[in-house]
Amino acid sequence: MNNIYLQDVTLRDGMHAIKHQYSKEQIKTIAIALDKAGVDAIEISHGDGLAGGSFNYGFGAHTDWDWLEGIAEVLEHAKLTTLLIPGIATIDDLKKARELGVASVRVATHCTEADIAPQHIEMSKKLGMDVGGFLMMAHMSEPKQLAQQAKIMESAGADCVYVTDSAGALLMDGVVDRIKAFRDVLADDTEVGIHCHHNLSLGVANTIVAMQHGANRLDASLAGMGAGAGNCPLEVLVAVLNKMDVKHNADLFQLMDAADDLIRPIQTRPVRVDRETLSLGYAGVYSSFLLHAERAAKKYGLDTRAILNELGRRNMVGGQEDMIVDVALDMVKAK
Amino acid sequence: MGKTKVAIIGPGNIGTDLMIKIIRLSEYLEMSVMVGIDPASVGLARAKRLGYATTHEGIEGLIKMAEWQDIKIIFDATSAKAHHFNWGHIEQYSDKKIIDLTPAAIGPFLVPPVNYNQIQTERNVNMVTCGGQATIPIVAAVSRVAKVHYGEIIASISSKSAGPGTRANIDEFTETTAQAVEQVGGATKGKAIIILNPAEPPLVMRDTVFTLSEQADRTAIEQSIHKMVSEVQKYVPGYELHQEVQFDNIPEEEAVFIEGLGFCHGLKTTVLLKVKGAGHYLPEYAGNLDIMTSAARATAERMVTNQV
Repeated sequence: MNNIYLQDVTLRDGMHAIKHQYSKEQIKTIAIALDKAGVDAIEISHGDGLAGGSFNYGFGAHTDWDWLEGIAEVLEHAKLTTLLIPGIATIDDLKKARELGVASVRVATHCTEADIAPQHIEMSKKLGMDVGGFLMMAHMSEPKQLAQQAKIMESAGADCVYVTDSAGALLMDGVVDRIKAFRDVLADDTEVGIHCHHNLSLGVANTIVAMQHGANRLDASLAGMGAGAGNCPLEVLVAVLNKMDVKHNADLFQLMDAADDLIRPIQTRPVRVDRETLSLGYAGVYSSFLLHAERAAKKYGLDTRAILNELGRRNMVGGQEDMIVDVALDMVKAK
Repeated sequence: MGKTKVAIIGPGNIGTDLMIKIIRLSEYLEMSVMVGIDPASVGLARAKRLGYATTHEGIEGLIKMAEWQDIKIIFDATSAKAHHFNWGHIEQYSDKKIIDLTPAAIGPFLVPPVNYNQIQTERNVNMVTCGGQATIPIVAAVSRVAKVHYGEIIASISSKSAGPGTRANIDEFTETTAQAVEQVGGATKGKAIIILNPAEPPLVMRDTVFTLSEQADRTAIEQSIHKMVSEVQKYVPGYELHQEVQFDNIPEEEAVFIEGLGFCHGLKTTVLLKVKGAGHYLPEYAGNLDIMTSAARATAERMVTNQV
């Protein structure tokens, strides 16, 4: 089996939890702490990937370029990673990120739309980057179909393909079936990754069962800092890996310190399982919708959960944040 | 005045839908030749069955045909690369105009209710993108009332209505649309996002427009948008405001940081649109394809009637 590769997402998925408002200093301090603590890769960008800054997803405190600038130079071990969602960011954005020292990129599509990613995956390889294919909202696709999409990304050159449970809606069996389906069709030297959200409190458990069935790239974030109820909490994952005697490169106590000292103090809305974030996992809704739905609920006098449920019923996919206000207005009309 | 004869290059979904619109609806255009490059093309066979001349030898085949002389407008529904080749052959025939439905954009962008009058003398015009046709009229409607600093559009289309060409070149959509939001919509800075949604049954095309403008009379903006929507409805009957226009004040102390512009404040306008196709050749959910073919037809008809 491939070595365990801990991919931190505190500074990318974690953006969602604070409306993409990390300062440049915070990014640098946290990136250095993660690097010292031995994580293998650190992802930095707007929560919705490069060029995600927008009315639809929220404008960041800085541009991706400002956040990324000067980080590659201060990392001693960890690979600087970023995220690109075709349809939002372009190859020009990818090249800019590469120039800033980004060594690894995850190219993300909805779980049935992998064929919009090959041009970005191929260009990443041409630029000499490590590339992950990121199949979002993986709970909306059956294991075999999802694996076919993974194959498309592999054929385009992806070094790794992820089961990305953006809604935090998968149960452990659902994760296992998808990872097994990937392993069945992908080449032995193609790595498999897992990206969880903690909406049903399964972030760590799902990551572990994925690992036990062949995933070696594990996404996690300090104190779970991420969209919805957050991601698989990194320090907890590392503690569990230690108890399982699984080899990795990270230091538990340093990660605990970073989680509690650097991350928890900057969480404005607590990142936890509560009625709203639980509803994301329960309804199978894109975790990044959380703060947008809470804002719409407040503005139009509605229950956040009702909005989230309706978005799930309408099969909205990642990126359709504009439909949150649309749903809210429909609900106001129906009142 | 007799009808003006037209040819369509590219017998795919777009070309076929356009052909059907011209046959069924146009008082001014007459379908003459369908042009392809594959003798086994289903689209060419359909055109032939309907009684129209066809060639599978591309633009070179068309130019050799007896019909060529009378054709005044050519629609190009191929690819950016093929359009460069086609225009290379057509340019010398000064009596002919070409409407480019590819992302090549050799000629200026054209969004019928916004800038037809400005470029009616052009012989090669480009129809931007489906998302551009759906949203740029709205950005322009706001621009008519207030200076638009920033225009952002989100086009959500059903997966089934996104063909392999669009999928393989998705950056062309975001880049071309963003440029046209600036050049035609009048925004200082434009941004475009496209989302594919695989839901079954397929969802009807949705488009959302956000603008950040200087403060202005909200009623005037609303009226300008309503007027524009009815202009678009003249050629795309399924185009509608799905919700009332929404306004939010962005005060200076809550200014947003926009890449390329810096900190901006003012009036945020949100327009939620729905584009249902006419269901001619393509199903109703494919409003994205319908608005392209409808805009192309409307453009050709205005070229012919010279109505502005």
